[in-house]
Amino acid sequence: MSMELTNIIYMVAAVLFILGLKGLTHPKTAVRGNMYGSAAMFLAVVVTLFLGGMNYWVIFAGLAVGAVIGVIFAMKIQMTAMPQLVALFNGFGGAASFLVAGATLSFATDADLNVPNLTATALSGLIGAVTFSGSLIAFGKLQELKFIKDVRFDNQQLINACLAIGSILFGVLMVLVPQYAGLFYVLMCLLALALGVLLVIFIGGADMPVVISLLNSYSGLAASAAGFVLGNTVLIIAGSLVGASGLILTRIMCVAMNRSLTNVLFGKMQASGESASAD
Amino acid sequence: SAMEYTLLLTIFLLAVFVGFEIITKVPPTLHTPLMSGSNAISGITLVGALLTIKMDYGWFAQTLGFLAVVLATVNAVGGFMVTHRMLEMFRKKKG
Repeated sequence: MSMELTNIIYMVAAVLFILGLKGLTHPKTAVRGNMYGSAAMFLAVVVTLFLGGMNYWVIFAGLAVGAVIGVIFAMKIQMTAMPQLVALFNGFGGAASFLVAGATLSFATDADLNVPNLTATALSGLIGAVTFSGSLIAFGKLQELKFIKDVRFDNQQLINACLAIGSILFGVLMVLVPQYAGLFYVLMCLLALALGVLLVIFIGGADMPVVISLLNSYSGLAASAAGFVLGNTVLIIAGSLVGASGLILTRIMCVAMNRSLTNVLFGKMQASGESASAD
Repeated sequence: SAMEYTLLLTIFLLAVFVGFEIITKVPPTLHTPLMSGSNAISGITLVGALLTIKMDYGWFAQTLGFLAVVLATVNAVGGFMVTHRMLEMFRKKKG
């Protein structure tokens, strides 16, 4: 299939993604919106497969395994456990993004190792890795796993800041020293994975929905960055739609819970007895 | 090329603005389904994963690509299904 035709069908998928997200914001259109979204995904995947030249055995094995696991999770889950399942799925999406960026780096030619490409690869890896480990911790918190329940130690903010600066530094090094991009990519992802854990582990369980919503926004941005690496429009559009709308939803959820995002992220508890009327 | 990157950046920014604009008032009961549905859409990284699985990219890229396909498919398929279940649940509650 020609790239022109593929891009036109990607455009149709992008429109369906927009209509789907919009539909999900109203009770009457929500079910239809979700169907638009899944139809768009199906369309984007099928039309990509028609590009040809792929190792189809590996692809169909991956699609089959993923679909079976996804269906089992979605069917078996208790109604009350749905938020943590969303966190888990979100983590998987983040992981997929940093794996895609890593895979692309492994077969990149010298011409591919330019500044825009490497920047996009670094962003996809960094955001994807934070999303992955952060979402797994959010899942664990909601699942009330004992070993991550009340973790506390000194200098959390300082350690977080060091991890954040360190991982960004490795990302910058990727761009500046392309011949070692692979090595720096791995180091960056390792620090980002640690950062994701520490960013979420101190946040209380009640604030988790807001955190998951923010991580959902991140996973969209990671996918969008992967789209820049591959020069793929539907990845960029769908990813940035989720990134932007996820941010708005996070804000809406904060308002609904009467919490500020900074308080959620830095783990400040609301003083007891204090209400909105205090300010 | 430079032209290509500017075009991709334009597409990105326009989609960001659309993403900001389409979410306005969301009733609280739809917060979780909307989060879940948009999370399923972020499984679009599946398309990127498919593009990394080619014979001439070598076994390493294909292994990472395979893992990415599995994870992104769980994200997308599971995500849309669980969103549908949530929405059905609300519909039953009402009716």
